[in-house]
Amino acid sequence: MSAATKADPATPAGSANALNRRRPLGDRGFQILALAAGLLVLVILVLITVTTAQQSTTWFSGGFKDIFQVAFDGNTHFGAMGVLFGTVISSVIGIIIGVPVSVGIALLLTQVVPARWARPFVYVIDLLAVVPSVVWGLWGIIVLVPWLQKIYLDIASGVKGIPVLDSLFGGPNVTGASFFTAGLILAIMITPIITSLSREVIATVPDIDKEGAYALGATRWEMIRGAVWPHSQGGVVGAILVGFGRAMGETIAVALVIGDSVEVTSHLFYSGHSIAAIIALQFGEANGGEFRSALIGLGLVLFVLTILVNLVARWFVERSSRRARGE
Amino acid sequence: MAAASDSLAQSVDLREPSGWRRSKNQIMTVLMWLAFVIVLIPLGFVLVTLVAKGADAISWQFLTNSTIPPNVLPLGVGGMGAAVVGTLEITGFATLLAVPLGVLGAVYLNEYGGNGILARLISFMSSVMTGVPSIVMGLFIYIIWVAHFGYSGMAGSFALACLMLPIVIRSSYEMLRLVPDSLRQGSYALGATKARVTLTVVLPAALSGIVSGALLAVARAAGETAPLIFTVLTVEQTNPNLFSGPDTSLPLQIFSNAQSAYTGANARAWGAALTLVAITFILMIVARIITALFTRNTR
Repeated sequence: MSAATKADPATPAGSANALNRRRPLGDRGFQILALAAGLLVLVILVLITVTTAQQSTTWFSGGFKDIFQVAFDGNTHFGAMGVLFGTVISSVIGIIIGVPVSVGIALLLTQVVPARWARPFVYVIDLLAVVPSVVWGLWGIIVLVPWLQKIYLDIASGVKGIPVLDSLFGGPNVTGASFFTAGLILAIMITPIITSLSREVIATVPDIDKEGAYALGATRWEMIRGAVWPHSQGGVVGAILVGFGRAMGETIAVALVIGDSVEVTSHLFYSGHSIAAIIALQFGEANGGEFRSALIGLGLVLFVLTILVNLVARWFVERSSRRARGE
Repeated sequence: MAAASDSLAQSVDLREPSGWRRSKNQIMTVLMWLAFVIVLIPLGFVLVTLVAKGADAISWQFLTNSTIPPNVLPLGVGGMGAAVVGTLEITGFATLLAVPLGVLGAVYLNEYGGNGILARLISFMSSVMTGVPSIVMGLFIYIIWVAHFGYSGMAGSFALACLMLPIVIRSSYEMLRLVPDSLRQGSYALGATKARVTLTVVLPAALSGIVSGALLAVARAAGETAPLIFTVLTVEQTNPNLFSGPDTSLPLQIFSNAQSAYTGANARAWGAALTLVAITFILMIVARIITALFTRNTR
C-alpha cells in the first residue's frame, strides 16, 4: 500500500508535449479543442455569475431595506427573506427525514446485503432518481396533498395547546400544500444521491479494519460504529451537503406542493414559497422593471448558495477519498 | 504452559455477544431494512398511480395528435403529439451539443491535463456544477439568448446542454481513467500521435461506459422542466422548427396541466407523465444493458 505502487499514470502527457514543435497540426488542434471544452465549464459558471448580477442591479441597488424584508408581491415588495426561509426550511425538513433513510440504505447495501445481491437494490434506488421532478410534483399535488391535508388537520387538532408542538404542527391555517409536504417530497428526491455518494465512501473502508473489529468480538453494528463510521464520516457529511444543495435548488416539485404564499412562520403545515419555485411560477408575469430584476437576483442568490454548499461538500468528499487512498 | 493457556482463554471472552449487544445489533439491522422499505413505499405508490392513471389516457391518438386541447376539454379530444415531438427534438439537440463537448472535456482532464492545477480546477468545478439548480440554467439562457433572439426549442436545448455538460464530463472522466495505460503506451510505441491514440484507442476502449453515462445524463435532461419554462415557453401546436418560435415538451405540459382544476387536463398530465417516465426508463435500461455488457467483456 505504499505511495510508489499508486504512481501517477498520466505521464504520457509530458512525453508527448516534449515533441511539441514537431507535432502535426491536427494533433495540436485536437488538444486545443479538448482544452476549450474543458474550459467551457469555467466559462459557463463565470458567465452565469456575471450576467445574472448585471441583470439584477436594479434589485440590489434598492438597498438592504428592500432585500431584507419578508414580503414579495411582485408589485412594491421584493423581499428575499420570505422565499429564502421557505427554501431553507423545506430543505432542512428534507434532510432531517431523508438522511437517516439514505445512510441506513447505504449501510444496508454495503454491510448487510452480500455484494453480489446488492445490484438489484441499487437499481431500485436509482429508479427514484429517474422519476422526473415534475412527476413527483404531479403526484404530490393530485394524490399526496389532499391525503396529507386530512392528516395535518388531525395532527393540528391533536397538538392544540401543547406549547412547542402547537407552534410547529398546529395553527388555524393548516393546509395540504405546505413547507412540510415540500420537505417530504424533497426527502424522497434527494435519497438516491445521498445513498449513492455515501455508498461510494463507505465502500472504501479497508476490509482489514472491519475484520479487525469482528476479530475483537464486535457485532455488526459495533463494527459499523467502530470501523466504518470513523472512516467514512467526512464523506457522508459531504454526501449530505450535496443532497442539501440539490434540495435547495429543486424547483418544479416544490413549486407544485409548497403552496404559493410568501411567509415566515414556525408553522410547518402552513403554505409557503421557495426561491426556485417563485422564479418558476412568476418569471412569466414579470415584464421588466424591478420585478424581473428581483427574480433574476433571487436566481443569483440561489446560485451562490448552492455553489457554496457544493464547494464545501466536494471538499469533504475529496478529502475523505484522499484519506482512503492513504495520501 | 497449561496454566498460561487457561488464563488466556479466560481473559478473551469467546462467548456469544451478550443479550443487549445482540438485540441492539438486530434492532439496527431491522432499522436498515426499514429504511429501504420506507423508500419503496413512495416509489411503489407513485409508479402504481402513474400506470393506473396514465394507461387510461394513453392511446395512439394521444401520442400523435398534434393539437393539445384547452384544459376544459375532456380526454378524448386532441393529444400530446406536439409535446412528444418537442421533447425528442429539444433533448436530442441538447445531447448533440453536450455529449461531444463533455467527452472532449473529459479527454482534456484525463489525457492532457494530468495533475496540473487547471485540470484539477476544471475537474473540481465540474462536480460542483452538477449541483447548480436547473432553474438557474434556464435564467442564464434566458438572459444571454432568449432576451435577444426570442423563444425557441433550441434555447431549451442550450439550457439542457448546460445541465448535461458537467454530468457527461464526470462520467466520461471516470471511464477514461479505467483505460489501462499499457494500451496508450503500446500505441505511442507504434508512433501514433496523441490525438490519434486518444481517438482510435482510448475512446473506443471506454466507449460503452461513456455511452451509458451519457444516456443517464440524457434521461435526466429529458425529465427537466425548470430550464425550459422561460426558454421554450409552452404552445399547443407542434412546432416543427427547432430553431425558432416557442415550442413545447412533455414536462412543460405536465407542469401546466397539473396546476389546472379540470379533470381532463389532469388526465392528460398523467398520460404525459407516463409517456415521459417510459422514455426515461427506456434510456436508463439501455444504459444498464450497455454497462452490463461492458463489465462482462472486461472480466
